[in-house]
Amino acid sequence: MVTRTAPSRLTARERARRTARSGTPRSVPAPLLAPALIAVAFLVLPLAGLLIRAPWGHLAAALSGSDATQALTLSLWTATVATGVSLVIGVPLAWVLARTSFPGQRLLRALVTLPLVLPPVVGGVALLLAFSRVGLVGRYLDDWFGLTIPFTPLAVIMAETFVAMPFLIITVEGALRSADQGFEEAAATLGAKRMTVFRRVTVPMIAPSLGAGAVLCWARALGEFGATITFAGSFPGQTETMPIAVYYALETDPNAAIALSLVLLLVSILVLVSLRDRWLRGGSVQ
Amino acid sequence: MTPAPSGGLIVDAGVRRGSFTLTVTLAAAPGQVLGVLGPNGAGKSTLLSAVAGLIPISAGRITLAGQVMDDADAGTFIEASGRPVGFVFQNYRLFPHLTVAENVAFSPRARRMGRRAATSAASHWLDRLGLTDLAGRKPGQLSGGQAQRVALARALAGQPGLLLLDEPLSALDAGTRLDVQTELKKHLADFTGPSMLVTHDPLEALVLADKLVVLEAGRIVQQGAPEQIARQPATDYVAKLVGLNLYTGNADGSLVALTEGGSFVTASHGLHGDVLVAVRPSAIVVSNQHPRPSSARNTWPAKITGLTLLADRVRLDLEGQPPALVDVTPAAVAELSLGPGSQVWLMVKATELEVYTRADSQPA
Repeated sequence: MVTRTAPSRLTARERARRTARSGTPRSVPAPLLAPALIAVAFLVLPLAGLLIRAPWGHLAAALSGSDATQALTLSLWTATVATGVSLVIGVPLAWVLARTSFPGQRLLRALVTLPLVLPPVVGGVALLLAFSRVGLVGRYLDDWFGLTIPFTPLAVIMAETFVAMPFLIITVEGALRSADQGFEEAAATLGAKRMTVFRRVTVPMIAPSLGAGAVLCWARALGEFGATITFAGSFPGQTETMPIAVYYALETDPNAAIALSLVLLLVSILVLVSLRDRWLRGGSVQ
Repeated sequence: MTPAPSGGLIVDAGVRRGSFTLTVTLAAAPGQVLGVLGPNGAGKSTLLSAVAGLIPISAGRITLAGQVMDDADAGTFIEASGRPVGFVFQNYRLFPHLTVAENVAFSPRARRMGRRAATSAASHWLDRLGLTDLAGRKPGQLSGGQAQRVALARALAGQPGLLLLDEPLSALDAGTRLDVQTELKKHLADFTGPSMLVTHDPLEALVLADKLVVLEAGRIVQQGAPEQIARQPATDYVAKLVGLNLYTGNADGSLVALTEGGSFVTASHGLHGDVLVAVRPSAIVVSNQHPRPSSARNTWPAKITGLTLLADRVRLDLEGQPPALVDVTPAAVAELSLGPGSQVWLMVKATELEVYTRADSQPA
């Protein structure tokens, strides 16, 4: 049979590369290349704009404004507490979802992961309906303990936990499902009761996923906006977190907004670096 | 910590898992190594899991040293963590996040020993299995043979009254297997309680076990002393494992009419009724012409259907009445110009035939 394609030119280097990677040509077909480049530009240009427009000379001044420092401090500690709370109550829930079966489990899993896809504002409204002074639960908290949650730092933590905990739960549940249960059986034959197995075998073996899930959860909590502003408001020093501060600063002091955004961008990059082994290796996302 | 009381294991139980049913009745005395031999899917691992308490039985009971571990009728069940059992798993299942010393100390600690007591118990076992130099390593840094010793040390450090071993040598390469096997035999001899060793390797079973149980499709088809099973296999599976030709037939004095056709003259056993006849492949003589009368009492024609080279000899697969596997030297193959389709004569002396009834091979 006669080939119809004209011969193409293969340099020695390209030949070596194709041999090593078994044959895929390096060149990208034009119909794929153009949209891909547009996507890159769309994702990278705004971030580049942020860097270019940044008031590098006045960065320190812009950030040292009392509002900015307060917002940063508030964001860091509330996100950390929200992550801690998620670990304490979310990991046991992940275990229950991964290791037991009971009627309605699928429904429960759907409910637990709902905040992942729910618009955060809706989450904030829901929290408000449950915990406000006239809310479902909030009414009794107010009557019995005189405890008012909305528009306090506690409300910030609750909003962040509500939105971020599902990230931790699904990461840990996946790890628990794929973990080799043979090790847990071995621990049982060695005399370990179920809690000992969990503490000394299960948790250490899923530690990498636990760490990744916690970082993911923390990053999500740090960036939380919609649920927080709905349920906790935006009182500087009390409930005004970084994203909310950025939003308001943009109207009054654009330079401060850019500076605050840069800080959040830096934090995001750090998060990505800490997850690089899992996410940047290419191939499947675990 | 006092050692767990040693005593016999008695299993008289059934386990149902989906459509598979395991039914076994067996016993292992203190100090005895009970080998459980069988093909994949025979239920060997299910049996070990049931004894260890990883799965409950669905009928009957399991007792160890007179104590009920599991009783399906009474509903009694001791959880795996509460049984005085040491389990060496097929792929060892050493905890990858713990060092060798921490792996070995795991059981003493889990059984509520103080940290210091657990460490000293662990170092005792590390020393006994020659692992002291490896104490600080992680399981990922061990060779197969070393990992096997750590798994054994970890199981023994819990002072078990019963030792269970699931294919303990199957993860090793052929080179180290023999050394580890010799060592394992020594440690099994030192263990005072009963041991149960599951394997699909007949040689391993013959070398390590004092008593054998052959499991096929969830049932015990034969049990007894290893040498007896090697000489008088009860099923085709066992015969294949120990490398014997096995025939079923009906005996009438010294003459046995074979089910597959043909008959054998045996050194009279005075047997009547259903019998089994076992013959070593090397005991059968091959000739390419009708042999002259000789002392061999059994002569029959056969056709070669296959030849396989086995190290120093050639195994012939022969069709005839009865069919047979015969071992000859490569030189004989050349000299007699044997090949697929060759018509030959087979001869075997009556004294080379092991004749027995099925009941013989299954003493209660």
